[in-house]
Amino acid sequence: MNTVKVVVKNVPDYSASREKNDLGFLTFDLQTDLTHLFNWNVKQLFLYLTAEYKTPNNQLNQVVLWDKIILRGENSALDFKNMNTKYYFWDDGNGLKANPNVTLTLSWNIIPNAGLLPSIFASGKHSFSFPQEYTTSRV
Amino acid sequence: MLQSIFDDVKRMNKRQFLYQVLSFGMIVSSALMIWKGLMVVTGSESPIVVVLSGSMEPAFHRGDLLFLTNYKEEPVRVGEIVVFKVEGRDIPIVHRVLKLHEKENGTVKFLTKGDNNSVDDRGLYAPGQLWLTKKDVVGRARGFLPYVGMVTIYMNEYPKFKVSLGRRFYSDQDSKFNRLVIGSLVYSESSALDHAATKAGSCEN
Repeated sequence: MNTVKVVVKNVPDYSASREKNDLGFLTFDLQTDLTHLFNWNVKQLFLYLTAEYKTPNNQLNQVVLWDKIILRGENSALDFKNMNTKYYFWDDGNGLKANPNVTLTLSWNIIPNAGLLPSIFASGKHSFSFPQEYTTSRV
Repeated sequence: MLQSIFDDVKRMNKRQFLYQVLSFGMIVSSALMIWKGLMVVTGSESPIVVVLSGSMEPAFHRGDLLFLTNYKEEPVRVGEIVVFKVEGRDIPIVHRVLKLHEKENGTVKFLTKGDNNSVDDRGLYAPGQLWLTKKDVVGRARGFLPYVGMVTIYMNEYPKFKVSLGRRFYSDQDSKFNRLVIGSLVYSESSALDHAATKAGSCEN
């Protein structure tokens, strides 16, 4: 797992409160093979990429940047290069600029045919920091 | 049909009749006890819910049964499937947590989204509401059983189905009273489930 390009902007979040919040942009590489997770009682796998970080405002922030549903029988060996995020990376305030430690983790949620619903974090982790200045260029 | 039941009641003596009434009461109260007991064990106000819509497809379909827990000490985290209530909506919604912000004093606010929806749930929340908090949560999905909830959905949508089930029990001639009692057991349990179904299940989207 790797991040390729990381920039941060400060723009109004019209989808929420219309206040100016930090909006992060990043692209990532992801390589994983989850074939071993599938057995007779796995209907689907819900994969999600979480960014976890700390800001002065909030002790814990978790934002899902990307997710994917893999049904049984579909290709579960993934190799993505330079992927864009699926969801916007809005912070709750202005905590992204110069944030020194944002951790990306891949987790999954197994939906069985019938039974319990466990949720597991993958072993791979990647940490990165946001740049010191807001970008003015279009992203 | 109904006449023959009354004849049967007349033929019984008082003790037999009382026995029937008591055993009927036992069944009703034990069904209630199981339901309330589950509420205590899971900490959720409706521990079993029926999914009513396709907003979580392909994970959950209409008619699937979810088992919920709601332990206060377990923190809500991203990726979990929560059942939450929104002010002004009778039916709770089953969706997945997409974003979460937790302050140092422990207050959490989070945003949800249905797997099958293309946008997050802000449009479904009460007007002006941007985040959910802990008090909105009814439970978190822990177990899953497919199709079982379909029975209660049919009962809700086609009341005739319920009636016809009842008739079949009454019209049988032999061992009428046993059947009657068994029938009522089915009914009371399903009415407990009905209750969950109308109270839970995701909304139209």
